[in-house]
Formats: sequence, structure tokens, C-alpha cells
Amino acid sequence: MNVQNFNTVDPFADEGQQLGDEDVGSQQNYIHIRIQQRNGRKTLTTLQGLPKEYDSRKLLKAFKKEFACNGTLVEDEEAGKVIQLQGDQRLKIQNFLTEEGIPKNTIKLHGF
Amino acid sequence: MSEEPLFDPSLKKKSKKKQVAFSEDPLGADADPTQPAPDVIDNRTTNGEAVDMGPTTAHEQIAKQQSGEIDDDFKAMFGDVKKKKKAKKEIPLDLGEEGSGTATPTTAAADDLDFSDVKKKKKKKKAAFDLEAFEKELSESKVKDEEPDIDEAGGEPDGHHLDDVNEEDLGEDVFAQSHEAPAGVDSQNEPWLSSDRDYTYQELLQRFYAQLHASNPALFSSSTKRYTIAPPQIMREGNKKTIFANIPDICKRMHRQPEHVIQFMFAEMGTTGSVDGSGRLVIKGRFQQKQIENVLRRYIVEYVTCKTCKSFDTLLTKENRIFFMSCMSCGSRRSVSAIKSGFQAQVGKRIKK
Repeated sequence: MNVQNFNTVDPFADEGQQLGDEDVGSQQNYIHIRIQQRNGRKTLTTLQGLPKEYDSRKLLKAFKKEFACNGTLVEDEEAGKVIQLQGDQRLKIQNFLTEEGIPKNTIKLHGF
Repeated sequence: MSEEPLFDPSLKKKSKKKQVAFSEDPLGADADPTQPAPDVIDNRTTNGEAVDMGPTTAHEQIAKQQSGEIDDDFKAMFGDVKKKKKAKKEIPLDLGEEGSGTATPTTAAADDLDFSDVKKKKKKKKAAFDLEAFEKELSESKVKDEEPDIDEAGGEPDGHHLDDVNEEDLGEDVFAQSHEAPAGVDSQNEPWLSSDRDYTYQELLQRFYAQLHASNPALFSSSTKRYTIAPPQIMREGNKKTIFANIPDICKRMHRQPEHVIQFMFAEMGTTGSVDGSGRLVIKGRFQQKQIENVLRRYIVEYVTCKTCKSFDTLLTKENRIFFMSCMSCGSRRSVSAIKSGFQAQVGKRIKK
């Protein structure tokens, strides 16, 4: 006897997929902009959680040119690619990203 | 809002409708005050158009008339719908006063059921409304001037632009919470009122809150008054460390574990530190009072204020490794995101490999 019910679509199929690409426990795909103090009055700005569709190397290049600062791209095990910039560029980064069409509510500005 | 299902699209402009409403209005300036009002008013004009005339039955009218003070609450409660009616209703009255001049004598007769009287009252109330809102704005701007006693303490110039950003970013924090609300109270700020398009939810919501707060000033004066936090006391220890002296006090005020607050602060500021013998927090790095205050504000927005009712009377409990914030005043309960410190760049000496 053919049990019809077993032939239907697996009800959990898309559920699992959802869980998969939502990346449980991550910080909700925010772009985090942080600041770190260095010695003296020097600071360091980090940009973390950039969506995959943006090329972080090109972005870094644009940042460096736009803000007239140096910067580097750091690979982190947890955070993935992180852009580091010299000095406090948090505001400028935020403005830049919003002007390029990244919604402001996905950007989180941290620090003091 | 499809209150007028029979609305004729050719009558686009308000002015035209106004005239129709006026000439056909059974309760207009020439309504006889000695006659009791009809129980049910036909809200159609002769050419079959629906005209919105506010309360449709005499009972409603009386109730409205007698409610007096409660009326404001009532209006605020149903702000959207009632307001729309009112705006329309006022128009015939204006015309009546300017055009015929008969409106004033009829109101002088002051029958209880005189509808033009009701309208008149309404209008006055509205004016008072605006005044009230204005006063509130005034007082609030005063408060605004007074409150940032801490903010003015900022010393070094390099922190300034940051502080500005943070304040506007944190839009709904303890201090800045209510500045926007009363702005929309008077109808002049709402040009959409006179247009015929469907009102958006945002507009109506804003209007609702503006009126709610205008008619119940106690609503937010109590919340802002009640919840004040002592400004953080910041001292410098040596050259590279900052002492946050009154953190136990602040944590007690917020009903939060100092550990949680400290964890958040360290994650947010990207530093480390320790708690000394007398409960003071020693933070690595140089921070000003204003900077610490900004971090604290962010903490309050994120982990202390109830997202539903904006109350600060909340408790944080931990269940199964997840923090839940339960509100004591509205009973809502929600999970809050765990504190996670992000990527920490390597500063100073490199680790030898």
C-alpha cells in the first residue's frame, strides 16, 4: 500500500534552509563600525560584517582615498574580513555607506 | 480611510466640498436653536453625497458636550478618526461666521442641543490645544537647556563631533526622548489634513501621539522626571587608566548587575579593565565623562528601556544562556541580544610567535 502522506513535501525542508542561511547567533547581519584607542590620542576604526556582495578591497581603496587615511584588510576567524582604518573614521564611514545606498538601520555605530 | 464611500471624484478640492457642506448643512448657521436637534442626522447632502458631520446622533452630541475635560482624552484616544471629522466640521462654521454673521446670535441663545454651539466650543478647545502644545514646547526647550549639565563638561576638543552623533543616533534615550512629540500638535504642521488622499499610518500615528501627549502632559513628564541617573564620575588614574567611580550606584538605579553593565561597556568601548576593591571600575584607556555617558545611554536604550512602553522599570533575567528583559509596568517580556565584543584589532606590541 502506498502511503500518500509520505510522498508529500518534507515540511521541514525549507525550515532547515532558513535556519541555515540565517546564520543563527550571529549579530543579525549588522555592519559594525567600532573604534579602538591606541596610544596617545590615536585611534583605529574597524568595519566588520560587510555584506558579501561588496568587494571589501575596493571599498578599502575608496575609503583610503576618500578619508585620506591609511588602512588595511584583516582576516579574522570569527568576523571574517575586517577593514581597519587609521584614525576615527566612524562618522565618515557611516555617511559614505549610506550615500552608497546601504540602509542606515543595518549599520551599527559603536564606541564612545 | 474610506469614510465617504459615495465620494464624487470630480469634487477634488476641499473648497468645493466646503461649500456643499455649508449650503446643505442642516445644522449650519441658520439652524434654529430653539428646535431640538433631530435624533439622527442624515449625513447626505441633497445630491446624495456623503458629508461627514461628526457625531451623528443627538446622544453623541450631548455626551460630547457634557464630557468636558474627558473630551480631550476621548479625542486623543480616537484621535485619528475624530480628528478628521472635526477638521471637516470646522469649515462650515468658519464660513458661517464670515459669510452670514448669523452664527454668533444663535450661539448666544445657548440651547443645550444647539449644534453650532458645540462647534464653537470645539473650535475654542482646539485653539487652547495649540496654546498648550506651545507651552509644552517652551517648557521642554527649557528642560533641554537645563539638562545637559553633564554634556557641557566635555573638555578635550577631539570628542565633540562624536558626541553629537551619538546623541542623534540614540534618538530615544533618556534625555532626548520627547522632544519631537509635541511638534505635530497643531494642525498647521499637518498639511495632509486638508488633502483628500488617504492618510498614511505614519502620519496618523504621529498625530495620535502628539495629541495624546498634548492632552496628557503627565504622560511623559512623569517618565522623564522619574528616571534620572547620576552623571558618571570619572577620574583619571595615572596616564592611561580611567576610573568610573559611581558605577555601583548607577547599576542600582538601573536594576542591573554591574557585571552586565561592565561587560557591555568594555565591548562597546573596545577596551578592558577591572573592578577595584571599593567597587569602582578601572578602565584601560582615556575616556571623558561625556563619552562614558554616551555608552551608558546606549546601554539604557538597549537593555533598560522597555521597547513596548518605554518604561525604565524593567528587570533582566537570564534563562538558558539568553537574557530576557521583563517590564514591570506593562508586563512585556522580550529577549535582548547578548553582549558580543566584535573584532579587536591588534594594537601595541605584537604577539611573538
